[in-house]
Amino acid sequence: MGQTITKAHGGGGRLMHDLVDSVFRRNFNNEILDMLDDSAGLGKISPDAEVFFTTDSYVVYPHFFPGGDIGKLAVCGTLNDLSVCGAAPSFLSAGFIVEEGFEIKILEAIAQSMADEAKRGGVKIVTGDFKVVENGAADGVFINTSGIGFKSSGLLLGKEEIVPGDKIILNGPVGDHEIAVLLERGDFKLRGCVKSDCCNLYPLLKEVFLFHEKVLEESGDAVLRFMRDPTRGGAAAALNEIVSGMGFGAEIYPGGLPVRDEVSSVCELLGLDPAYLANEGKAVMVVNGKYAERALDIMKRHPSGGDAVIFGEVVREPAGRVIVKTILGSGRILRAPEGSMLPRIC
Amino acid sequence: MKYIDEYRNPVSVKKMLGAVFDAASGMPGPVRIMEVCGTHTTAAAKMGLRDRLPPSIELLSGPGCPVCVSPASFISHAVRCAENTGVIVATFGDMMRVPSCGTSLEKQKGKGADIRVVYSPTDALSLAEENRKKKVVFLGVGFETTAHAVAACVEEASIRGIENFSVLCGHKTMPRAMEALLKDPEAKISGFICPGHVSAVIGADPYNFIPEKYKLPCVIAGFEPADILQAVFMLCRQIASGKPVVEVQYSRAVRREGNQKAVAAMYRVFEPADSVWRGMGKIPLSGLKFRGEFSRFDAAGLFSLDAVSDEEPEGCLCGEILKGKALPRECRLFGRECTPSNPEGACMVSSEGACAANFLYGRE
Repeated sequence: MGQTITKAHGGGGRLMHDLVDSVFRRNFNNEILDMLDDSAGLGKISPDAEVFFTTDSYVVYPHFFPGGDIGKLAVCGTLNDLSVCGAAPSFLSAGFIVEEGFEIKILEAIAQSMADEAKRGGVKIVTGDFKVVENGAADGVFINTSGIGFKSSGLLLGKEEIVPGDKIILNGPVGDHEIAVLLERGDFKLRGCVKSDCCNLYPLLKEVFLFHEKVLEESGDAVLRFMRDPTRGGAAAALNEIVSGMGFGAEIYPGGLPVRDEVSSVCELLGLDPAYLANEGKAVMVVNGKYAERALDIMKRHPSGGDAVIFGEVVREPAGRVIVKTILGSGRILRAPEGSMLPRIC
Repeated sequence: MKYIDEYRNPVSVKKMLGAVFDAASGMPGPVRIMEVCGTHTTAAAKMGLRDRLPPSIELLSGPGCPVCVSPASFISHAVRCAENTGVIVATFGDMMRVPSCGTSLEKQKGKGADIRVVYSPTDALSLAEENRKKKVVFLGVGFETTAHAVAACVEEASIRGIENFSVLCGHKTMPRAMEALLKDPEAKISGFICPGHVSAVIGADPYNFIPEKYKLPCVIAGFEPADILQAVFMLCRQIASGKPVVEVQYSRAVRREGNQKAVAAMYRVFEPADSVWRGMGKIPLSGLKFRGEFSRFDAAGLFSLDAVSDEEPEGCLCGEILKGKALPRECRLFGRECTPSNPEGACMVSSEGACAANFLYGRE
């Protein structure tokens, strides 16, 4: 590792993982943190419910983009970190670091957006903090939200539950968020109709949790094995995190990864791979193969699950790897992101 | 998407693969086909082509990635420019992580140097126009595909009086490098898949010396699976017939006469010069340098740039890999000390380098 932080350390890839491991995990050192899941399970609060706790910071620029804003993102992102661990989100904190000179009416709009999203999601923002820094020190505003949620004990999720033959589901096309922000930033003078997929996943996932509990009660079988939300580093990061160090791998079907035409076009122009693009309203879900089609049906019947798709499956070999089946039928590796994606030169 | 989806149609692609097998059976023996374009390297790796070709066809990756073949001294000079106050260095994204003398443009940016990623040289020209009190240095990297656009920007800067714009010229040209490969008796190349977008600029004629002097076939290819497979098919057919020529597979983008306006613009501003290719050494007349009348836009003349050693790291096999004489996996640094996030040598630096493509997409 080098001596100073580079942008690549923030890319959600191997560099970031190595840094988190060597600087934070090593120093903070406890068995809960070691899990490094999207949320931390803190233990049972009652026979039926386990507490989950998570935190995330939001530094997106521009602050407003098609499909969302930094406030909506700050609420949904943290709610989603809880939801993909099976926890129903309940409470949030919100900390703001604001630059001197930032317009109050914009801060008001961001707060309003957060309030709307929290209300829609049935969660309360119950505590917070506010700091002002000098002009230029915070790119306008940075937001941190932490969240608490409660998971039903019947929902046993973990990588150790996954077996070959399980199917992998995405609730819709990837790349919308990163491309929407990229276009809004205007760096490449491209225009398009791409909207961020930023949304609260819990209402959709709740339907699958209910199905899981019903099947568990009727037959003792589990439906859901494990979930990850593919934010920075995209589906590639999420899939590699799922298989890394485990006795199974993942195989993506040829053309399996769902991508919108507009996102695909931007990727072709700029040399980006949609598998590595950030999403803010997606879940990668590993599901018991026996119940995958029924789980998919349930998702598709929900207003926000219409584009859900089974795009791959868990395989025995090669263990610890994500393989994409190509158009020629051969397999090629989908590596974890190394750093941040850069456009190619010609 | 038009002009893309049709060339990725699984039915067409599988038919084309069948045609390759048929054509390969008509060849006199095993062949080694080399592509010399980073985008072909990546495309072939992404479609898992090597695993699917007939055993008689070996696909080699040559020095087709302009980032990979930029010598370490070029990056050092770029870093030196960025160290000056009042200078903005504008570069294509792929150059950011190229290592040189323990640093890179990305690391220098982290330390506060004003280094900006641009998608086009016109963006760099706009930067110069918007920041008149600063000097904007554009890193001119790329083959003929990009060189002509950079030349057009230099002419534009001259016409509009944007005198604070300059280019650190690292442009290289393909045909002389291909000849250097053929002059190596150990190369054993049976034919070339020629670069699609370079050829959209220079046309087919600059490759004529290959069939005429070296009796080897050339096919100018596009980048989709069907394009590359068709090009391999056409090469096999030429080899079987024993009558090598330069064919154009990528006819939707390449005309035999090329883009004469683009070539003219390129040679109004630049002229051929000897050039050092990382891993291959100096190749005569394989690069471009500024002509006298535009020399005021040459960044090399504006900053004092000392000579820098272009030594390769110990154990690095890039030189052999770029010439198609070794495979990435044969290098002891590959995947260990040398990975995309910590590249030691040229071929791992850019995502279009042979080692990077192998690491990112290959089977283990």
